[in-house]
Amino acid sequence: MTTTEAPLARVRAVGTGHVRVEGRDKVTGAARYAGEIPFAELAHGWLVLSTVARGRIRDVEADAVLAMPGVLAVLDHRNAPPLKTDYIGLLGTAPDPTCAVFQNDHVPHLGWPVALVVAETSEQAREAAEALVVHYEQAPHDVGFTGDHPDAHPSDGHMPAVTDKGDLEAELAASAVVVDATYTTPEEHHHPMEPHAATARWEADRLEVVDSNQGATWVVAELANLFSLDPASVRVRSEHVGGGFGSKGVRAHQVAAVMASRMIGRPVRVVLTRRQMFTLAGHRSPTIQRVRLGADTDGRLRALDHRSLSRTSTVHEFVEPSAGVARVMYDADAHHTENRVVPLDVPSPTWMRAPGEAPGSFALEAALDELAHRCGIDPIELRLRNEPDRGPVSGLPFAGRNLRACFEEGARRFGWDRRDPRPGVRREGRWLLGTGTAAASFGAGAAPSTASITAEADGRFTVRIAAADIGTGARTALTLVAADALDVPPDRVQVRLGDSAFGFAMIAGGSMGTRSWSWAVMAAAGELRDRLVPGAAIPAEGITVRSDTTAAIGALAQKERHSFGAQFAEVAVDTATGEVRVRHMLGVFAAGRIVNPLTARGQFTGGMIWGISMALHEEAARDAAFGGPVGADLAGYHVATHADVSRVEAHWVADDDPDDPVGIKGIGEIGIVGAAAAVANAVWHATGVRHRSLPIRPDRVLTGGRDA
Amino acid sequence: MREFGYRKASDVAGAVALLDSDPDARYLAGGTNLVDLMKTGVERPGRLVDVRGLPLDRVEPTPAGGLRIGATVTNSDLAAHPLVRTRYPVLAQAVLAGASGQLRNMATVGGNLLQRTRCAYFADTTGACNKRAPGSGCPAVRGENRNHAVLGASAHCVAVHPSDMAVALAALDGMVHYETAQGPGELPLGWLYLPVADTPHRETALPPGALITGVTLPPAPVATRSRYRKVRERASYAFAVGSVGAALDVRDGVVREVRLAFGAVASRPWRARAAERILTGAPADTESFAAAADAELAAARPLSHNGFKVTLMRNLTVAVLSELAEEAAR
Repeated sequence: MTTTEAPLARVRAVGTGHVRVEGRDKVTGAARYAGEIPFAELAHGWLVLSTVARGRIRDVEADAVLAMPGVLAVLDHRNAPPLKTDYIGLLGTAPDPTCAVFQNDHVPHLGWPVALVVAETSEQAREAAEALVVHYEQAPHDVGFTGDHPDAHPSDGHMPAVTDKGDLEAELAASAVVVDATYTTPEEHHHPMEPHAATARWEADRLEVVDSNQGATWVVAELANLFSLDPASVRVRSEHVGGGFGSKGVRAHQVAAVMASRMIGRPVRVVLTRRQMFTLAGHRSPTIQRVRLGADTDGRLRALDHRSLSRTSTVHEFVEPSAGVARVMYDADAHHTENRVVPLDVPSPTWMRAPGEAPGSFALEAALDELAHRCGIDPIELRLRNEPDRGPVSGLPFAGRNLRACFEEGARRFGWDRRDPRPGVRREGRWLLGTGTAAASFGAGAAPSTASITAEADGRFTVRIAAADIGTGARTALTLVAADALDVPPDRVQVRLGDSAFGFAMIAGGSMGTRSWSWAVMAAAGELRDRLVPGAAIPAEGITVRSDTTAAIGALAQKERHSFGAQFAEVAVDTATGEVRVRHMLGVFAAGRIVNPLTARGQFTGGMIWGISMALHEEAARDAAFGGPVGADLAGYHVATHADVSRVEAHWVADDDPDDPVGIKGIGEIGIVGAAAAVANAVWHATGVRHRSLPIRPDRVLTGGRDA
Repeated sequence: MREFGYRKASDVAGAVALLDSDPDARYLAGGTNLVDLMKTGVERPGRLVDVRGLPLDRVEPTPAGGLRIGATVTNSDLAAHPLVRTRYPVLAQAVLAGASGQLRNMATVGGNLLQRTRCAYFADTTGACNKRAPGSGCPAVRGENRNHAVLGASAHCVAVHPSDMAVALAALDGMVHYETAQGPGELPLGWLYLPVADTPHRETALPPGALITGVTLPPAPVATRSRYRKVRERASYAFAVGSVGAALDVRDGVVREVRLAFGAVASRPWRARAAERILTGAPADTESFAAAADAELAAARPLSHNGFKVTLMRNLTVAVLSELAEEAAR
């Protein structure tokens, strides 16, 4: 037993670089991930996915594989328990039926889960799953994503489908300069290093799931709903997560594992393969976006029209709201944005890093670049001339909009003032050189969370919060926030997270995790410090306080709350071979208080590198004839390699959010926003050819922007 | 995954005897391709005979002034060998253009020659593929064929051979040596790969059960000025969209000797003999290089999405030969 110390003046932890508190465990292999945590009596499930793109299951020849070595059970729509799916989940939507497995004989896309084979070993389960014969009654499918598809319709998703003000056609007609262009982005996938994995175990009527997810209490709520359980009887743990990017909510593997575990009375583990992730983990829909900008000769926008079409499955409506970014970025006398979606016989898309903003900023920021050229105005100056005072659509004041500071700092660091605006005039050997820029924004929000902090008898503090560190460094960030709030060095704080038993907390998503959790930690720490009497002894069981930020966050004033950024890119293009190399990426962000500069830089540069990938590499192909993915592995689906990433710099400007206890806005997603546009704009500056379809592949460069 | 037997061979004769021409058995060398294919179910061998430890890991000069390269020499060791780097730079460059450092440390010369196509339809066991399941059809002909063949393909298969190393070996007139239970044999690299025709599942002319023991390169003074250029959809760790291996000897502005081979355009490394014939004795200038490329590519039959490869190969050929000619003139 010790006594609490009187506060001493010390260096604040927040704002100084700290290595990850669990870094050593991760690099030495001591950190265990969901698929490798040992369980006694563990059985292994392997998912069987449909091989047809549409139809019905006629028969499953389960008996044949039940006779194979080690096979314990085959679960399909004939013997699976019914699930409840008519509820609205945490994120405001009904569950994606893809995760409510084996409820009927309907096959809505290729790669749909039709059965789970359970066996003693993973190898036996896989062998039996691959041997399982499933008979289908095949129906014609439609996977053709076109701009004029008759089933396309406006869709709200997590924002209104349409916003509209002013007389668009009149303002376009009155504009001295009009840009009217169509941009496309392909189907893109988020494949965390750690594939989705879950182990389910029932103890009487209590369910425990060890999982890899972005929010333990979120998964509890979904499983409790699906299986009609009391949430208090479900516990989900997810201590270490090897990446999520939006893909790690409730998915087919957890639900199948829970079903199978109940069926055989043993713990069951289900792990997805890379190939299965291509249809079961969600993805970013392809988009077709038309942007029309009308401006006076001085570049002031009279008309802004951004219409986006995305694609969803026939079982779940998810909209990639690419037109939403225009509602924040630029005002115009006439302003129209519209998100539409078309259901096709494809897997359900989902949230993928910067949903909406990532593809939307490509189209809008490329169109701005086209307008700048047409008006003969510097692309940065054009954006600054169109800086709005209030939300262009909402009319609400901005809670900080430091885009100008980002551009000024970025231009200074990048040497933008030396730029010759003419395209296609710089050559270095076989390479044409060019530079480009783009603006970025992403919503800055906070959601209610709970946390507890225990003052331990040995003078240390334990923070418990159902946060998720999906590789972002959240555990370390919360350690720093708690240390400052408690006025102790970080090494006296232990943060425990990833356990639903710690109470409700926001997911790692929407760039809202660290802010939401920090708020709860700050609230608990404040109350704990009030409870601790300097010099008084702490009992053996410690002193624990709990916080709940629901009321505080509910009291936040309505404002336009966003992070902003300016992206810069320098590229080299060989038009004889079609090769594009990004020589330099520079981003400057106004994204609230930066808690841990070390991991924050990784978040920003990680997003920017993803932007390089989006601009040049990423594209999931789908075969029109059989309706499935082509090259569904990380050899076929290209992401940027080290050799594609040379100099990448991230910087930030002071931007503390006055409405947040720590000043945080959130940095998870803004790094990718605008990055692809900056690269594409630089490719135009290098070559004089505008590439409006991503990725900018060698064949597209060779054929001058027309598809091969 | 199918259970399989595993035996490690200690000498060449023992390896051949262990495999015993069993169609259900495979030699395992670096495993960088075979093990992947076993995981995805494309290959389901009942037995593996591990040959990686065989004493075939030397690169040695031949009395004639060429090189004898053992079949289990790793890609990394091959690319780093001083004689390869000085006598056959095109080979070192080709090897280093392939895969990643980790894979090159495992992958062997023999395995590299016998690696399978990376056609995505071949890799997807749930669909059709004449190479994997003879007679089932070729979805690539009308499907996603951007990276498929423009030369020497057939209606039955349009897959390309993925090796970079083999392109250089084709340009260098490599001779492939193998061992069978009936004794040793050899095949020019140009004959190792069979025409596609209607039998894309039959990929090489090696007799059943044959084990590649090495490759011999004849002396090739022309190769001291040689180059490999590979275009791919990212800067590293991707198979070629198109590649060129070339060697050029220019005297007084005239091409005395040239070697030219294309990668990623056919089911085998494509020796551009028509182009070589036109170039030999021609002026070493852009016009000749372009005319030679056009002559070679006149036989190209592009598919729905890969017409750009004809342009790419023409441009690459001109660029690489021009570079070599400029070097020669310096």
